[in-house]
Amino acid sequence: MPNRVVNILVPVISVILGLLVGAVVMLISGYDPVAGYSALWNGIFGDAYTIGETIRQITPYILSGLAVAFAFRTGLFNIGVEGQLLVGWFAAAYVGIAFDLPMYIHLPLSILAAAVAGGLWAFLPGLLKAKLQVHEVIVTIMMNYIALHTTNVLIRMVANGGETTEAIKETASLKSAFFESMTDFSRLHYGIFIALAMVLVMWFILEKTTTGFELKAVGFNKHASDYAGMNVNKNIILSMVISGAFAGLAGAMEALGTFQYASVKGGFTGIGFDGIAVALLGANTPLGVVFGATLFGALKFGSLNMPNAAGIPVEIVSIVIALIIFFVACGYIIRYFLVKKNNKKEAK
Amino acid sequence: MDYVIEMLGIRKEFGSFVANDNITLQLKKGEIHALLGENGAGKSTLMNVLFGLYQPEAGEIKVNGKTVEITDPNVANDLGIGMVHQHFMLVENFTVTENIILGNELTKSGMIDIKDAAKKIHSLSEMYGLAVDPYAKIEDISVGMQQRVEILKTLYRGAEILIFDEPTASLTPQEIIELIQIMKRLIQEGKSIILITHKLKEIMDVSDRVTVIRKGEGIGTVITSETNPNELASLMVGRQVDFTTVKVDANPTDDALVVKNLVVTDFRGVEKVKNLSLTVRKGEILGIAGIDGNGQSELIEAITGLKKSKSGSISINGRDITNKRPRKVTESGIGHIPQDRHKHGLVLDFPIGHNIALQTYYVDPISKNGIMNYGKVSELAQKIIKEYDVRTQGEHTPARALSGGNQQKAIIGREIERNPELLIAALPTRGLDVGAIEFIHSRLIEQRDKGKAVLLLSFELDEVMNVSDRIAVIYDGQIVDTLLPKETTEQELGLLMAGQSTKENVATQGDK
Repeated sequence: MPNRVVNILVPVISVILGLLVGAVVMLISGYDPVAGYSALWNGIFGDAYTIGETIRQITPYILSGLAVAFAFRTGLFNIGVEGQLLVGWFAAAYVGIAFDLPMYIHLPLSILAAAVAGGLWAFLPGLLKAKLQVHEVIVTIMMNYIALHTTNVLIRMVANGGETTEAIKETASLKSAFFESMTDFSRLHYGIFIALAMVLVMWFILEKTTTGFELKAVGFNKHASDYAGMNVNKNIILSMVISGAFAGLAGAMEALGTFQYASVKGGFTGIGFDGIAVALLGANTPLGVVFGATLFGALKFGSLNMPNAAGIPVEIVSIVIALIIFFVACGYIIRYFLVKKNNKKEAK
Repeated sequence: MDYVIEMLGIRKEFGSFVANDNITLQLKKGEIHALLGENGAGKSTLMNVLFGLYQPEAGEIKVNGKTVEITDPNVANDLGIGMVHQHFMLVENFTVTENIILGNELTKSGMIDIKDAAKKIHSLSEMYGLAVDPYAKIEDISVGMQQRVEILKTLYRGAEILIFDEPTASLTPQEIIELIQIMKRLIQEGKSIILITHKLKEIMDVSDRVTVIRKGEGIGTVITSETNPNELASLMVGRQVDFTTVKVDANPTDDALVVKNLVVTDFRGVEKVKNLSLTVRKGEILGIAGIDGNGQSELIEAITGLKKSKSGSISINGRDITNKRPRKVTESGIGHIPQDRHKHGLVLDFPIGHNIALQTYYVDPISKNGIMNYGKVSELAQKIIKEYDVRTQGEHTPARALSGGNQQKAIIGREIERNPELLIAALPTRGLDVGAIEFIHSRLIEQRDKGKAVLLLSFELDEVMNVSDRIAVIYDGQIVDTLLPKETTEQELGLLMAGQSTKENVATQGDK
């Protein structure tokens, strides 16, 4: 079997296996898998509205996936995407509310504020890693909690003690009347273009610039990079900042696109953590992240329809979705069997 | 016939690349059979076929006259084939016993029976003269002893046929002598040995027969006592080889590298380089002779900017480079072939082409305004691959996949191509075969003849004596003497390296 066929077959078989095992779980629990999956399908592709909402859900996943993948590619494990996203969310909402500016300044400024806030939030773990060799995983995990509770306090201040800020000014909004009319008033917004542009940005940085060359070299072998005259510490910090900026932009999608405000949160959004899985599903490549985010976003949003349309409890839905993702992530097992079978055939 | 192993007409392909083609190797019981070939000739591939890691595309393997199919290393183990790897496969913070029984643990009611295992290991080590302490941790014992642990591991698993993959690459001369005794003892006890090496001296010393392979092809098998090193070398590389490095006399001019009163400390603050001064002139090769650990690494790291010096000064062509960052040092005209090519020399997961651009990726024309021109990277890579005879499937092959000699040639090409005023070569030929060594030596001399300065660091006396124009002997962080190769002997150098000045060595020997 040629490699290309294997590359296409693996994800297809993975998804089918995931669906089959998920069906077994539904059967055992006494629910109808056909009804369940048709509800899932309709939840993703059912009508213009659901398609719009699905794409809206995919948007922040692309950015959080890029954030994790970028750090990974340079040898760093950024678990702090969640926290960077939260500060980005707040920063974008704040700038969107506090200023009165024409749109062509206000919107870019709000987006930029999110990127800068996320970048700064990631700067500290980068600095600690570079200067004191403190492991970035520990620092970023802890900074997630700091971000959650700090932004909650700030949001209350901006909301004058309330739980939710006022809506951002229209001049800072990513809302799209065009998309709304096309998708039956879903919340799909222009942010998807920003997310896709960032996919290009990541690819460009890594594959076309000297900075990308350095970042990858440092990620693979710090000693050799040092020997070749690269500033290893600078590159570690830079990598974290760029990763954090992607994460901050994911927050901007929520602030300026989906919700149009910031509100006090009882817990994490999960988008940042799911970004880890998105990045790994996409093998840490920019294009791969788009596919990973699409799978995640679609399943996440589509599955919301399963309890309503098929009467399947949320808990079972979570298990089914997790199984599908699990099998996709285990693609290499399927690849292993395909290759082995292949070899046997050739041997005979 | 009484062959314990026969590999007949073995062929192994990787894609379109033929690593082994029609190789035949027949091992008699109780012999030491050397497998000789250059780096990348296909020795390791052949042994991996025997050990079950690769499946051959053609050919037949017989063990004790019976055709077998070795599908994985466990099958090889069951057939009594054991491999002593070049890079030891040991768990650093386990004891000797724990390492030997790993994967094959004796248990008593579910608990590992370390005592019994240690006893068994002790008796094995007595039998074959392999002195080890069963309870010592791997990280605390010498490289030579680690290798004995590897040998015991195979014997513990009942190996009758032992494959030694470049066993002397990381051993000291004394440890090599011990290893040779061990191998002879193993033979006496009825084991058979395949010795993979490219060191002709060892082959002449220990082996009974030699099978030579060149560029993946089996060249033939000769009886050691009926051949000589010159014949073996030419069989291996396919042409006549000169063992003595030919060179005209040096014509040194101005001072290039000047190191004055340099002090370098290690991470604990212990002085490793102590008030050291040396000068390398344009048009000469200064060799630094010394036993490992006498401050050589720290000296070179200080010159190249990888380590800060505590005091003293370093200058190149009159420009001060003391404690400058590595990039500044490189740009002031220093090329550096690092001691540890895997740690410092290469990004192993990068394509070899990227590695060739590792020092110049940021300058015009390879990049402009921060944008890489990968077309130019390719051009440079192809040029160096061709001119420096780097054998690789292509510039996109990861550096990891190249043999040591070819990795080193790529590094040397990268450094020389920048046309540095001073070339620092630290152990440039470690682990390489005669062909590659000859090539590298001639490149160093060529730099010298172009009027550049060369600083050569080597632990091998032959190399220092043959290649250098002057020899500085380093001991305990200081240059104890500077000599001319023509006016000294290996004995004199050896004594100086051991810290005894020639004049007083007779007088002080009793005190030490």
